[in-house]
Amino acid sequence: MILNDETVKKIKATVPIYPQRRSCILPALTLAYWQEGHLNDDIYREISDILDLKTVDVASAASFYTMFPKAPVGKYYIQVCHNISCALLGADSLIDYLAQKLGVKLGETTEDGLFTVVTVECLGSCTTAPVMQINNDYYENLTREKVDQILEDLRKQG
Amino acid sequence: MELKVLFKYTDDPDQYKMDTYISHGGYKAWEKVLKEIKPDEVIEIVKQSGVRGRGGAGFPAGVKWGFVPKDSPKPKYLVCNGDESEPGTCKDRVLMENDPHRVVEGMAISSYAIGAHHAFIYIRGEFVFPAERMRGAIEEAYEKGFLGKDILGTGYDLEMTVHTGGGAYICGEETALLNSLEGKPGMSRIRPPFPAIEGLYASPTVVNNVETLANVPEIINRGADWYAGMGTEKSKGTRIFCLSGHVKKPGNYELELGTPLRHLIYDLGGGILDDKELKAVIPGGSSTPVLTPDQIDVPMDFESVAEIGSMLGSCGVIVMHEDTCMVWAATRLAYFYMHESCGKCTPCRMGTQWMYQILSRIESGEGRPEDMDHLLSACDNIEGQTLCPLGDAAAMPVRSFAKTFREEFEYHIEHKKCMVQNSFPSFGQ
Ligand SMILES: Cc1cc2nc3c(=O)[nH]c(=O)nc-3n(C[C@H](O)[C@H](O)[C@H](O)COP(=O)(O)O)c2cc1C
Ligand code: FES
Repeated sequence: MILNDETVKKIKATVPIYPQRRSCILPALTLAYWQEGHLNDDIYREISDILDLKTVDVASAASFYTMFPKAPVGKYYIQVCHNISCALLGADSLIDYLAQKLGVKLGETTEDGLFTVVTVECLGSCTTAPVMQINNDYYENLTREKVDQILEDLRKQG
Repeated sequence: MELKVLFKYTDDPDQYKMDTYISHGGYKAWEKVLKEIKPDEVIEIVKQSGVRGRGGAGFPAGVKWGFVPKDSPKPKYLVCNGDESEPGTCKDRVLMENDPHRVVEGMAISSYAIGAHHAFIYIRGEFVFPAERMRGAIEEAYEKGFLGKDILGTGYDLEMTVHTGGGAYICGEETALLNSLEGKPGMSRIRPPFPAIEGLYASPTVVNNVETLANVPEIINRGADWYAGMGTEKSKGTRIFCLSGHVKKPGNYELELGTPLRHLIYDLGGGILDDKELKAVIPGGSSTPVLTPDQIDVPMDFESVAEIGSMLGSCGVIVMHEDTCMVWAATRLAYFYMHESCGKCTPCRMGTQWMYQILSRIESGEGRPEDMDHLLSACDNIEGQTLCPLGDAAAMPVRSFAKTFREEFEYHIEHKKCMVQNSFPSFGQ
């Protein structure tokens, strides 16, 4: 089993909430992503067992939603917005800076397994551009100093 | 002018808590509705207020509620749209984070009016913190007896659930959102049937934007006439404008509808970054046609913005200064729509790819003389031809950039370089 007791319990707790079982798929995928940092076929199978649904239904939903990586990523999954409002305030140079500082290309993970950098579409935080999301947290009004500090803090946490 | 109805308390760091919300008059409207006003009368008040949808299309909220069939034996649902996915838009997040009880109260009143006993709020998956705040508020509301069974002894039951998405722009479109809420891939449905007749779980459903519903408690407290006294004849009330891009003071500003765009950009937004010249403004989120500096005296209401060929949309105002290449901007937007096309219908799947390919060719200096015609014909073949409105949303901005700034596109093709070299603040300066 990949999903731990806590996650399984939380997935089961969604069942009585919805009039139809299938609605539990997205909450379950989210909980699995929060635990594992990515999703895969084994996880879909486990979720379909827990919810008593077809694996294909879980997998087809999962494949549609781009927020969940479908292969392992770094412990800190850095998602940089490159949509228009952020781009107007230097998102492209932010992306270059991150890639250079971490020594990776977009989509790659640092050798220590800590960081993966990807670009994403508008994060709904356009008035505080440029913006990035690391795991579940937003980092806004980014400056070079802020980025340096954030990476340093995360490295310290390991 | 700035006029704070929804933002009256959003700067109070404790506003998200039940006690603070109540001390600011919270849940009075809910109590009043439950004890004194019949569902039909609530719908009538909301109709009279004139409040229109804040998600983009501007449909009158009360009228939409009135479409829900009263005699249907099926359960009815209210779904609050907190997907906030239109680029340039970031207003619902502020309400969900800083004043979540207002959203809960608005959802509750709307549910009561349409006879729903289960309300959902669909929040984009990236918004982990806003969703947490909404969950917290709902939990507090259950504890206080404002939600659940036999609310305040009136016999009315209402369950409320937060549902989070998985990162897909199209899930902001109401029928795609409903599919997503049902656990399916978030692809749009063909309409009719409209959600009010056959929505969530094939039952009558009202879908309203977060900001739309957040207006409802004050409409009940202060009356339809009070609300209808704000704004213009056909665009009542206030709206939250999300000012982003090349301005000195970007931010969310709540303004009375009909406020000139110039006031927002120059007075509230402090003018253009580095005192450069304004070049282009997208007034209502990335899918709305772009405006030029000579158009910014337009009053920001549904009708006036439509009159000059654009849309008020989601009120995401994106400002670009003179050192912005319009081919680049159009290409960036086209990439977004290509990325977000669900692929179900050919005109959208292929059309968004064509637009992006042609645009990136022009941008990189490899454009061909016939490309402008190809680009505009791609727009024609998408608009009105797709299953859902994503196609229109994709074609509209591309066409408007290509037409409004045609000479810049042609320069790119002819000279194989930019007429204006992009010069943006490198981040952090
Ligand atoms: C492509 C597309 C994306 C949309 N995204 C959103 C969104 O993120 N949030 C929203 O409230 N409405 C969005 N809408 C509008 C919804 O379909 C729907 O009209 C709205 O939620 C209804 O609520 P309202 O009447 O209160 O505006 C979108 C529409 C389209 C076509
Ligand atoms: S464009 Fe980056 S958050 Fe909206």
